[in-house]
Amino acid sequence: MFTVFLQFLFSGLTTGAVYALVGLGFNIIYNATSIINLAQGEFVVVGGLLMWLFSESFKLPFLVSAVLTILVSGLLALLMERLTIKPLPKTDLLLMIMITVAVSILLRGLLMFKFGKNPYVYPPFTEGEPFIIAGAVIQQQTLWVIGITFSCIILIYLFFNRTLIGKAMRACAVNPTAAMLVGIDVEKMIMLSFVLSAMVGAIGGIAVTPISLMEYDKGPMLAVKGFCAAIMGGLGRGRGSVAGGFIIGILESMTAGYIHSGLKDAVALLILLAILFFKPAGIFGSKTALQMRRF
Amino acid sequence: MGRGNFTTLLVFITAISLFPFIGSGSYVLTVGIFSGINALVAIGLCILMGYAGQVSLGQAGFYGIGAYVSAVISVKFGLPVIVCMAAGMAVAAGAAVVLAIPALRLKGHYLAVATLGFGEIIHVILNEWGLGGPSGFGDIPNFSLFGITVESASSFFYLVWGVVAVTAVFSFNLINSRNGRALRAIHDSETASNAMGVDVSVLKIKVFILSAVYAAFAGSLYAHYVTFISPASFSLFHSVLLLMMVIVGGITNIWGAIVGAVVITVLPELLKKFEEFDILVYGLILTLSLMFFRKGLVPLIIDKLQQRKGSGRA
Repeated sequence: MFTVFLQFLFSGLTTGAVYALVGLGFNIIYNATSIINLAQGEFVVVGGLLMWLFSESFKLPFLVSAVLTILVSGLLALLMERLTIKPLPKTDLLLMIMITVAVSILLRGLLMFKFGKNPYVYPPFTEGEPFIIAGAVIQQQTLWVIGITFSCIILIYLFFNRTLIGKAMRACAVNPTAAMLVGIDVEKMIMLSFVLSAMVGAIGGIAVTPISLMEYDKGPMLAVKGFCAAIMGGLGRGRGSVAGGFIIGILESMTAGYIHSGLKDAVALLILLAILFFKPAGIFGSKTALQMRRF
Repeated sequence: MGRGNFTTLLVFITAISLFPFIGSGSYVLTVGIFSGINALVAIGLCILMGYAGQVSLGQAGFYGIGAYVSAVISVKFGLPVIVCMAAGMAVAAGAAVVLAIPALRLKGHYLAVATLGFGEIIHVILNEWGLGGPSGFGDIPNFSLFGITVESASSFFYLVWGVVAVTAVFSFNLINSRNGRALRAIHDSETASNAMGVDVSVLKIKVFILSAVYAAFAGSLYAHYVTFISPASFSLFHSVLLLMMVIVGGITNIWGAIVGAVVITVLPELLKKFEEFDILVYGLILTLSLMFFRKGLVPLIIDKLQQRKGSGRA
């Protein structure tokens, strides 16, 4: 009984880790621009599929492939921001929502053009026997996913709190006009936020593909779940979204395990609607912060 | 309805009535029918987005409710089709109320994602509930009224586009009414319209219901024409397509919604040779139209016509 529970918990932690990274990605962009990039999920897919391309198709060494994947994902996000976000007025919210939806469809189309509709997979980072904890199996790759997620979270925390660029990006979030007045290049910070969040998403994709496979159309669902995580934690709060991601992942896997696997997607959505309707500031967020937001 | 719109309506009706004589073959007619069905949803979405300024990424959910409720009731209880369609619209209206009341407190991204979540939940329910699941639900009776069954493509074509024409006229009158002006006021500034005595909340719920009913109507027409439905037709992608129709046509113009619906429905048929790459083409079209003609096709054409008129006079 307990073993089964643990098993569900482990699988929940794995999916939760990816949601946490997507949620974190949402926050990075949201903090710099007040935009929700609905193409966020596509970058996870880009990460997984490019990693397959470099490591399995081109037979490049693991680390080289990973670095290339992250760089190319960053470059894609750079192109996205320069070509579609920058030229448009940031004040038109509907337009901002639509353009990120449009780019996500475009990315999905490109991915399908290149990779087709089949799911892709490559071997886990390390070969070896899975660990057994109280009878429950935990794959080595699961530990990689969770470890990588937490490393990302810590690095991003340090980036935003300890480096000058990170602090400048936070300043843009608080007040873009004031940030500009003290000499921060707001446009550059927005660009950087897109690149950074795409890289975080791609890292998630690279880590999770050996476990959950990757196909071209996984993006929208990942984006919804990641957004759910971000909302749960209170938009704009990185650590909140991480907690949210794990909670959703675990609830999902419990639903799939104990109730019905087809309902697992509905759970995250129901949580999302419940939070939006009853506590839009999020479980960990503050209402005042929400009211101060532009959108 | 203004005089300009009235003239356009006459042209529109003439074009529609002549179409089955020009566009021969049931394939062409079927594309025409789907264009009309999409146009009906797009009109509702256009009023919701262009006039009330509310986003919906879950319109396919209402469309699906209309189709499934009407189909299931007509198959399981054998009630007259028109009654089943009304039931579909009623259920969709109920769902719209349930969604709209809490969603009213939401703005922008939050509203967009809430409606997206709603649409996806409907999609999950249709997939999981014992209504045929992912493989679909069939043997739905054809549309019939007073004992006359509409079976041939050309008669269904007239039925659908007749509904579109009536809906368009109704919507134009709505927009030019007191409520319509209040809607546009909400779009510009909620606070200001509140201060002017517009009951913003009630009006927003009404518009949500209206757009849901249009979508459900279209959905039930679809079900009784195709006589087979599956959840795949009511996915997030369809919501995005609907959104695309409104944006490509021109978000603040009902004619735009109709033109957009026709363009976006016909386009993939013309692009058949790209087969699998329709997503890529859609993505490109949507991105480029957002980038370069943000106002949409119809307003663009109107601007051009007026420029020509203006220069002719001068």
